[in-house]
Amino acid sequence: MDEIIRQHYDVDGSDFTRAGEASGKIKKTLKDIGFTPEAVRKTAIAVYEAEINLVIHAGGGEIDVEITPEHVRIVLTDHGPGIENVELAMQEGYSTAPDRIRALGFGAGMGLPNIKKYTDEMDIQTELGVGTVMTLKINA
Amino acid sequence: MTVQNLIDDFSLEVLCGGADAAQKEVTGGYCGDLLSWVMSKAQEGDCWLTVMGNVNSIGVAVMTDVACILLTENAAFDEDAKLRAEQNGVIVLRSSENAFDLAVKIAEKL
Ligand SMILES: Nc1ncnc2c1ncn2[C@@H]1O[C@H](COP(=O)(O)OP(=O)(O)OP(=O)(O)O)[C@@H](O)[C@H]1O
Ligand SMILES: [Mg+2]
Repeated sequence: MDEIIRQHYDVDGSDFTRAGEASGKIKKTLKDIGFTPEAVRKTAIAVYEAEINLVIHAGGGEIDVEITPEHVRIVLTDHGPGIENVELAMQEGYSTAPDRIRALGFGAGMGLPNIKKYTDEMDIQTELGVGTVMTLKINA
Repeated sequence: MTVQNLIDDFSLEVLCGGADAAQKEVTGGYCGDLLSWVMSKAQEGDCWLTVMGNVNSIGVAVMTDVACILLTENAAFDEDAKLRAEQNGVIVLRSSENAFDLAVKIAEKL
């Protein structure tokens, strides 16, 4: 693989049954390209958590992927409420997920900590009332 | 052992998944219902014991490459979860026993 592969996904915020589709496709792409199982696993976990957050907390958004032989970079953009206190949100166990979301098995407050743990770089730019842009990088 | 061995040994109900998926090797197990925990901790080849039979569980199974989902205590399995499981070749099994009892018995066979 010499060229850079770019992918774009729209994540529907109203359809919970489709949440995770983009992550599944990204994972398959990396597997097919021949990324190491470790890099595939790390990316899969991080992007799934981030995609679910788009649906649960931000009413959907967009995912842009850039794959090179060295790394995969994923940019998740939403126009949701933004994150008031990123440091707090990053703590294990912190969650504002409502009860109906908890009933589905989410809301443990482990998503962002998982993303941090499984990525080589993680950056969150957020503004209240405007939205959030999260950039993740995983080395191949 | 394979998923098929698991089905036979414990008389599990097969809710979804074909013969191909049943040939997958089971190399370990994980119990949990909080999906972010499972995402982070379950390993490829695990038999995942849970009461969460919704569409997001299928997403987690796909992302973690667990060998199968085993719904415990006759937990409900949603229609849209079934659809997603079929699309992704995820095998979903069910038992009336609880996670502890099943895990103990499965561990003996691994
Ligand atoms: N894209 C986002 N827009 C707005 N708020 C967000 C976004 N992502 C995360 N948050 C906030 O950060 C909190 C922590 O997120 P995290 O993913 O760690 O936990 P969770 O989604 O609540 O639960 P879990 O991921 O364990 O199912 C969320 O409860 C929410 O308040
Ligand atoms: Mg989350």
